[in-house]
Amino acid sequence: MTDAVTVHHAATEALSFRDHLPALQVLLPLMGAPLCFLLRKAALVSFFTVAISFACLAISLTLLGQTMGGEILIYEFGSWPRPFGIEYRVDITNSFVLVVISLVAAVVFAAGPGQARRSIPVGREYLFYSAALLCLTGLLGVTITGDVFNVFVFMEISSLSSYILIALGRERRALMAAFTYLIMGTIGATFLLIGIGLMYQMTGTLNMVDMAVRLQAVSDTRTILVAVAFVIVGISTKLAVFPLHQWLPNAYSEAPPIVSAFLAATATKVAYYLLLRFTLGLFGAALIFDQIGIDILLMPLSVLAMFVGSIAAIYQTDFKRILAYSSIAQIGYMTLGLSLATEAGVAAGLIHLFNHALMKGALFMVAACVMWRMGSTHIDVMRGLGQRMPITMAAFVAAGLALVGVPGTAGFVSKWALVTAALENEAFFIAFLIMASSVLAVVYIWRLVEIVYFSEPETDFEVKEAPLRMLIPTWTLAGMTIWFGLFSGFSVEVAEAAAKQLFVGLAGAGA
Amino acid sequence: MTPDAQATALVSAILLPLLGAFGVQILGRFGNDNARDAWTILIGLATFSRVASLIEPVMAGARPALALPELMPGLGLGFEVEPLGLLFALVASGLWILTSLYGFGYMRGHYEKNQTRFFTCFALAISAALGIAFAGDLVTLFLFYEILTFSTFPLVTHAGTEAAVKAGRLYLGILVSTSVLFLLLAILWTSTLSDDLGFHGGINGAAPAGLLDGKIEGHAAALLLMLFAYGLGKAALMPFHRWLPAAMVAPTPVSALLHAVAVVKAGVFTVLKIAIYVFGIDMLAKDGLSDILMWVAAITIFAASIRALSLDNLKARLAYSTISQLSYIVLGAALATSAAAMGAGMHILMHALGKITLFFVAGAIYVVSHKTAVSELNGLGRKMPFTFGAFCIASFSIIGLPPLGGAWSKWFLVTGAVDAGELGMAAIFMLSSLLSIGYLMPIVVRAFFRPLPDGVDDSREEAPLLMLLPICTTALLCFVTFVYAGSVYDLLAPVMGLAVGSGS
Repeated sequence: MTDAVTVHHAATEALSFRDHLPALQVLLPLMGAPLCFLLRKAALVSFFTVAISFACLAISLTLLGQTMGGEILIYEFGSWPRPFGIEYRVDITNSFVLVVISLVAAVVFAAGPGQARRSIPVGREYLFYSAALLCLTGLLGVTITGDVFNVFVFMEISSLSSYILIALGRERRALMAAFTYLIMGTIGATFLLIGIGLMYQMTGTLNMVDMAVRLQAVSDTRTILVAVAFVIVGISTKLAVFPLHQWLPNAYSEAPPIVSAFLAATATKVAYYLLLRFTLGLFGAALIFDQIGIDILLMPLSVLAMFVGSIAAIYQTDFKRILAYSSIAQIGYMTLGLSLATEAGVAAGLIHLFNHALMKGALFMVAACVMWRMGSTHIDVMRGLGQRMPITMAAFVAAGLALVGVPGTAGFVSKWALVTAALENEAFFIAFLIMASSVLAVVYIWRLVEIVYFSEPETDFEVKEAPLRMLIPTWTLAGMTIWFGLFSGFSVEVAEAAAKQLFVGLAGAGA
Repeated sequence: MTPDAQATALVSAILLPLLGAFGVQILGRFGNDNARDAWTILIGLATFSRVASLIEPVMAGARPALALPELMPGLGLGFEVEPLGLLFALVASGLWILTSLYGFGYMRGHYEKNQTRFFTCFALAISAALGIAFAGDLVTLFLFYEILTFSTFPLVTHAGTEAAVKAGRLYLGILVSTSVLFLLLAILWTSTLSDDLGFHGGINGAAPAGLLDGKIEGHAAALLLMLFAYGLGKAALMPFHRWLPAAMVAPTPVSALLHAVAVVKAGVFTVLKIAIYVFGIDMLAKDGLSDILMWVAAITIFAASIRALSLDNLKARLAYSTISQLSYIVLGAALATSAAAMGAGMHILMHALGKITLFFVAGAIYVVSHKTAVSELNGLGRKMPFTFGAFCIASFSIIGLPPLGGAWSKWFLVTGAVDAGELGMAAIFMLSSLLSIGYLMPIVVRAFFRPLPDGVDDSREEAPLLMLLPICTTALLCFVTFVYAGSVYDLLAPVMGLAVGSGS
């Protein structure tokens, strides 16, 4: 495997514009954020933000194109080689995640301006946009970097800006939700930092590849075992793994809808990527599965998340809360993939990362449309909306079917991959539980379908379809859940290649 | 026909009802009701002619096919017409035309609301049923199976009342949860055992080998079979049968076509198809693999018949009779002999014709006299002689008396049971025939031989012609299928491992 990998050291050769793409991926939104302050005018700022996020999308797609064949791009800042400098390390796994983040950012921010005007005081829009760009910076940075301390720094950037974004919600409850998230997020980040500190103590390097190589020699020391525990708990808090999920429902349901759409589709996905990167990449499959047996712990927690999340979703009375609880269950599918401890399982987790970003993004965009027209996302205001906002609600059905896992949608591909992976492990009972939990998804989605299509509206004031500016992003994401359900070659192949590369581990990949 | 023309016929058979649904929406909104209903009939005829055009090539041994883009690497969607599916498609699309005619009479005679939505969903359901019939592999089949469930939900809850919505939830709840919990799991399990999920074989006189033959055995194989059988909730095996009586809140045309023909037959058709193509008859016969399924089916036959005896509501009684008759087909598959499988295949057609007639009659009685209970039917035969005459003929066919189609399927089923050495199962078939006399004949006797209630004159009061015509046609078809059962045999023989022309 190792000899098949071609490592591309940007710093050792003459640099062209193309070689700077990994740096630009993060620097572009980072520089854009303060520029928002200078531009100030709402229309200008929104255009600027959308332009930057599309540029990020273009960069991430190029990076994915460059790494699809198993190539690894190394970008050394200031041409300082490791272990002295910070390096960005792009392989198929994180370029895949970069595409997911920047894609959702580009689509969701495009709907932003109208939404922001409703929830943000006039004249303060530029603050919203700079926070959004900083959040994007943080998420992209966490994903792209090859330096463990850098991971922590970018994670803090994204977390701090997301506390601001969540606190912008209409209700005062949003402040409380942001505060809870802040507390939980800070604890998680601190745990991660402690873990990183312990690892630094044992290895004397912060570079991921170096660290992975040196960890092998000390992997049976108690210090490293403690470090593993701290790192995993820290990341799991960010990922909202059951039972560390309490911050998520409030944060996602109280935030402005557009923020929910962005965060739900990206923040937990990045955390999942980090979990894979640290466990499989840094620690290595041997330490994680054979020595510590993380799968034994993660599997029941994942299954519990699937059921607790789905059952809680059934009893919610607010559309966004239903979606938030459903996210907890869906995260359970992803971590279940990891807990199967096979390439097929991790591939299934990555496939679901991609597909779930699309469908949850689409569903939260639907919630944003409902919020825009009805001023609330309580399920009672959604009565009979099928006739009043047919285009929006058709997107809801498309993405909802995907969430359930109906054939022809992206959700089916995820489910197929995950259950097949479970069956290959001869985990028949797990396979059955996955099915059982998707029946619960049918229940909470169908409950909404009945409300939307088969009940009469409570009020008879006229409700118009959501504005085109919001419908286009909504349907872009909803359309993609169908597209990647019918033509899943791209997502499946990339995820399988990524899983394969992850299992080699950073130490094994060399360079 | 060239293979291309066959593939075109195949696709247009599935797409035409979709086009029909679209047209019904347009004409229902902007045109008038007559234009809308004429359009439905036109589409029905076109669909049936497309399906019928496939008979000749399939009997000649061709397997018209069409591959769709892959869902996942190695997981393709596609269609392939084989004899069993063709028979099911013929039944569904043919009876759709008659049910549409009947439906116009019923819905207008009853001044039902939302007729446009009704006929739209009806067309969608037929498209899904044809998709099931022609599905070339398990995944495609699953896709259309789910579409059929969801497209029939608005039909079940058509009345919009609290009771209808509740029944609709039960309907959806059982069908969706069984399909996701068991069927999808079974399909996924199969996919880990076999790279190929397609239905192949049965062309040159040998029965299909079965995808799983030699790949799984013992208890695991029996478990997989039960997962499939219970996953196909539409086959209404006990204890997952309650959705069918619940679905009777739907308007009678729905009960007639969907809950006596398209939906329920989609379930048993798939059980049969899986028995033949996924397991293979030979594999099922080994080591008593299908014993549990056999007993579940036998118990369902018996218990549902007993339940039917005790019910006074006509549609509910017919629903339980359907549950019992559906398990004939499951039992036929489980007996795992060529003759029993042939009987099961034939029963799809024979029971469809008989049961749809019975439901048509129930609806006609309801439209004319608003009676729903068996005990209210005294003397009605004198007012509606044609209607009850048709009821009598269809009852004889369900019971299995010659010269009606039902006699053949029962003959093959019993022969198959004897071939398999399962005399107990043969006895179950016989017992069930007696019980069906018990729950069907009293209706005929009451209608013709009991006096009308006091103060009711015995003047003729038949259902509208639009309803009477389909009733008489389907009753007549019960005769026709008795005479032409040989052609059905020849169509199905290759997949059952029987020689063409060796039947009647």
